[in-house]
Amino acid sequence: MSTETLMPYDEALERFEPVLGLETHVELGTASKMFCGCPTGFGAAANTQVCPVCLALPGSLPVANEMAIESTIRIGLALNCSIASWCRFARKNYFYPDMPKNYQISQYDEPLCVDGYLDIEIEGKTVRIGIERVHLEEDTGKSTHVGGATGRIQGADYSIVDYNRAGIPLVEIVTRPVEGTDRLAPEIAKAYATELREVMRSLGVSDVRMEEGSMRCDVNVSLMPRGTTEWGTRTETKNVNSLRSIERSVRHEIERQAAILADGGRIIQETRHFHEDTGTTTAGRSKEEAQDYRYFPEPDLVPIAPDPAWVAKLKAELPELPGARRSRLQREWGVSDLDMAAMHNADAVDLVEATVAAGAPPADARKWWMGELARRANESGTALAALPITPDQIARVCAMVAGGALNDKLARQVLEGVLEGEGSPDEVVSARGLQIVNDQGELSAIIEQVLADNSDAADKVRGGKIAAVGALVGGVMKASRGKADAGRARELILQKLGVSE
Amino acid sequence: MSAITRDEVAHLARLSRLALSDDELDHYATQLDVIIGSVARVAEIAAEDVPPSSHALPLTNVFRPDQVRPGLTPQQALSGAPAVEDERFRVPRILGEEA
Repeated sequence: MSTETLMPYDEALERFEPVLGLETHVELGTASKMFCGCPTGFGAAANTQVCPVCLALPGSLPVANEMAIESTIRIGLALNCSIASWCRFARKNYFYPDMPKNYQISQYDEPLCVDGYLDIEIEGKTVRIGIERVHLEEDTGKSTHVGGATGRIQGADYSIVDYNRAGIPLVEIVTRPVEGTDRLAPEIAKAYATELREVMRSLGVSDVRMEEGSMRCDVNVSLMPRGTTEWGTRTETKNVNSLRSIERSVRHEIERQAAILADGGRIIQETRHFHEDTGTTTAGRSKEEAQDYRYFPEPDLVPIAPDPAWVAKLKAELPELPGARRSRLQREWGVSDLDMAAMHNADAVDLVEATVAAGAPPADARKWWMGELARRANESGTALAALPITPDQIARVCAMVAGGALNDKLARQVLEGVLEGEGSPDEVVSARGLQIVNDQGELSAIIEQVLADNSDAADKVRGGKIAAVGALVGGVMKASRGKADAGRARELILQKLGVSE
Repeated sequence: MSAITRDEVAHLARLSRLALSDDELDHYATQLDVIIGSVARVAEIAAEDVPPSSHALPLTNVFRPDQVRPGLTPQQALSGAPAVEDERFRVPRILGEEA
């Protein structure tokens, strides 16, 4: 593979305008497959989850999984789509052995859901992504290509196929072309996929694990010169398997296509493959010669005509969706758009919500998760939610600070102790002896000592230079190893020196 | 008038991955022509009040509950496979080097 010329991103955006399109496949989390009763668990030994239907043995017939139909309708409703009153499955005929039937049961011109949208937030603004269609199909088997130089299908000597995945219900969600993204195209693509994943999670229809392939994105990108309105030829980058890769692949395609177009070349309509290691794409199957899948209505399955009452019931029962939930929480917590966006980007919303539910004031919950804990997660390269501390524990620390048992500095030490596995906040406080020194006698003794050791500063304060009290309070904090209540110490010092403010 | 051309039969054969000889192309073009002619006669009797149909049965919404049912063992599943490797169906090369 030759190294390709890229145009720096900023220059590419000065000269061209990108148009995006995303096709996302989501494997539904049903117990059984789409058209047969085989289980759908991930990671089972090869060909242990197969039967005559999904192996296409003669005489077998498919029957549609009601839960899969229901889940697809719920996805359509969550994406503001219209639900078809009547539609059919269609056969998509092709000749890869990843489906034993020589066709995949899909939907063609009669998808179950059409014409919706998903709002995403980017840099504090809402961008509406049009949804063209949501349809239901079946996943394919998993091929392993043996021999050849790259382990890819090209040049392999032969392939071996595991049909466990063949027939798992698969929902395809197709956006309308997304125009006007300007330089935010990579971020918008990523934000869309992120939001879509959250919608799926809130519906509970899929585990949407990109690394396990239960959510897969194909990203279409084309460029048109600034000042023109005719879309350029697009490429489709396949199976980009992380949110970060979606962003990187869009950026790379923009830089690659811009270099070709600026050089007077033309973009070939083709499938490209994204490479995690280099962040680049390479050419796959050319789509110059349009595939003819000879779709026709699936004769083995009768049409689907969802009862309007059923659809209305499903709509009424939709859970609160992520966007609406974030708006509600933002109002309840009284935070700015930017603060809310920061929490969302840091995956902190659920954690803050749980901490508030455990009794912490929203501002305190946010302060700890977005401050000290975000810093620690960042340092150790882990997700915030993966830190070994729970929202309940944070709420307990907040309560101790509010009750005067801890100050912020001590609270940080308590969090550190919990993160290091020393037990609950209360256990860390007693094991490390972190109670704030509030006791009149103990504090007085420390203050007497500090005043004796710092007679110059004490004299200044006596002489009316109240600003000098800071050094004395500092001395008390140091002597108490941070455990003194600084406000109380200041009061007592002034009192002892016979000065009032 | 012939409804289907020899070129169209060749195209269909290619899509279906069928290697047909010249004689066979002529032969099937004639046969498919008869089939298409017969189907066209159905269209003649389809009136306004007869909606197009893809299924013979007046049924919709035939579903099964989402329940797991026992399937085949890998040994049973692979018993009819022409070639097996690593408990998987072994198939010939799918694409050539240039694809």
